[in-house]
Amino acid sequence: MANVTIRNLNKNYENGFHAVKDVNLEIRDKEFMVLVGPSGCGKTTTLRMVAGLEEITSGDIMIGKDVVNDLPPMDRNIAMVFQNYALYPHKSVYQNMAFGLQMRKYPKDEIEKRVREAADILGIGPLLDRKPRQLSGGQRQRVAVGRAIVRHPEVFLFDEPLSNLDAQLRVQMRVELKRLHERLETTAIYVTHDQVEAMTLGDRVVVMKDGRVQQVGEPLELYETPANKFVAGFIGSPSMNFVDVTISDSGGALWAQAEGLRLKVPPQKVEGARAHSGKRATLGMRPEALHLATGSDHADYSFDTAVDVVEPLGNEILINFRAGGAAMVTRVDPSVRVKAHQGIRVALDPERVHFFDDTSGAAI
Amino acid sequence: MVIERKWKKWLFFYVPLAVFIIFTLFPFYWMAVTALRPDGELYRTFRQANATPFWTLAPTLEHFRDLLKTTAFPQWLWNTMLIAIVSTIISLICGMFAGYALARLKFRGSEFLGTIIFITYLVPQTLLFIPLADIIREMQLGNTPWALMLTYPTFLIPFCTWLLMGYFKTIPKELEECARIDGATRFGAMVRIIFPVAVPGILSAGIFAFTLSWNEFIYALIFMSSAELKTVPVGVVSELIRGDIFFWGQLMAGALLGSIPVALVYSFFVEYYVTGLTGSVKG
Repeated sequence: MANVTIRNLNKNYENGFHAVKDVNLEIRDKEFMVLVGPSGCGKTTTLRMVAGLEEITSGDIMIGKDVVNDLPPMDRNIAMVFQNYALYPHKSVYQNMAFGLQMRKYPKDEIEKRVREAADILGIGPLLDRKPRQLSGGQRQRVAVGRAIVRHPEVFLFDEPLSNLDAQLRVQMRVELKRLHERLETTAIYVTHDQVEAMTLGDRVVVMKDGRVQQVGEPLELYETPANKFVAGFIGSPSMNFVDVTISDSGGALWAQAEGLRLKVPPQKVEGARAHSGKRATLGMRPEALHLATGSDHADYSFDTAVDVVEPLGNEILINFRAGGAAMVTRVDPSVRVKAHQGIRVALDPERVHFFDDTSGAAI
Repeated sequence: MVIERKWKKWLFFYVPLAVFIIFTLFPFYWMAVTALRPDGELYRTFRQANATPFWTLAPTLEHFRDLLKTTAFPQWLWNTMLIAIVSTIISLICGMFAGYALARLKFRGSEFLGTIIFITYLVPQTLLFIPLADIIREMQLGNTPWALMLTYPTFLIPFCTWLLMGYFKTIPKELEECARIDGATRFGAMVRIIFPVAVPGILSAGIFAFTLSWNEFIYALIFMSSAELKTVPVGVVSELIRGDIFFWGQLMAGALLGSIPVALVYSFFVEYYVTGLTGSVKG
């Protein structure tokens, strides 16, 4: 049981690439922390530095109360699950799971007990005598997880463990991992590029980009109040609609204007937006913050457009259209009947509007 | 398999394959027939009416008997075997460690070192034997098996290192990283995980090294002088060609017996050998 503290962590590669920049994180005991971001954002490098597989350029990593900067991986009491499973191909499933315990000189019956226990939890009991090449992708993944849990480590590290599985299996394993974490109550750091995985698994989620932490927070916190435009666009599918607007002051109210679009800045945003009056900004609206206008919608929060493409998904319909010079999408009830090129009036929920600074991208 | 017209398959597949097989195997057949032919048939010219150049009417083992009785052939076979095995083991051990270091340890100049090692393999033996002869004389190893056991690795180690380096590079790094998290040191991970996984590569390097030392001629010719210390390739040629007289039957019998161990080694390990060269590790 341990918390993990990362202070001012930096990684410079010899070729000059600055992969991780001043990362500060506090991962609490028993927490499931997910690092998410596009490829090359430094999330895997950060994880590998926690594991001890990558040298630290500057900064500190603490597991529990100990600074582990210079400890070899074997002395950090961690276990890691790799994307390609990294099962030892010449060893049986049992030997794969027992290897870490053997290296630590556990007595034979203790090893046997722990391996059986882990195999039962993961439902791979009948596979213990097989070699990794005789297993399916999902089974290999389970063995890789089993190999990690037999050691009862202080921290679990997962490096995109579900990326090599097909879509259906990925959803299934995702649920199993979550259940497993609840059962084992061990601190876990999980790296993924898939924001759905991040949102569903994480107690908290760290969004990274270009080696920097963009935002740390609980999944819904990231979704509802993104710190900047990148987080807003990265979290959520379909992603947030962005329109470049100019903020203007007229008749005592603030207005966000773009080509063919004039929307009132809602009251809760007025204070922040006032400083940007007369400047450009980005207006962000989630697809579900938009709906087809009815008579009760205020004219200040609605606009006319025409349907571009309709995507019926069964439980919902995505309507694509253009407004203010940008492609936008709205998520509506499946009972709505619209056709391509049909003229529609779209209204937005003023409570769920975001504004971002034009240059820094920070939320206003 | 994609369906093709039958005649096309014959024309482009079976016929070229047959030609290739005949071309490759004919020398072996010729060797075998010559070894089994009585002398009377052997020196009959093609123009004589009863000439049978491609087969024999009275197969005999007399050449084999002569070879084993009148020459030190069994001793040569034993020498060759011993020298080939020892020099292969030395080269494999050095090659495994060197290949691992070049493939995995990113030290300054590792790539340059790799290239240099490969270039040493390209230096022709016909040049290298001159300085080596000097060294052998200085160390008073001439005319002992050690002269060959220690000089063969000069070309075997670069070869093994290069081949194994390539193989180690195909093994996913994560295997080793995982072993290190599991509690192994770098050396432990290498010995317990990487080497066992690299068995196909190590075997094919070993087979190659064994064959190269088995067939080696020039060092064996120069460093060994006593008849009873010679290896098969040198012994057969130096003892069975006297002046301009070729004892063809015994020569071929010796060649045939000498090639059997290598053929056996290959046939036992052929599967490993292929995967070793194509290099594939699936997790």
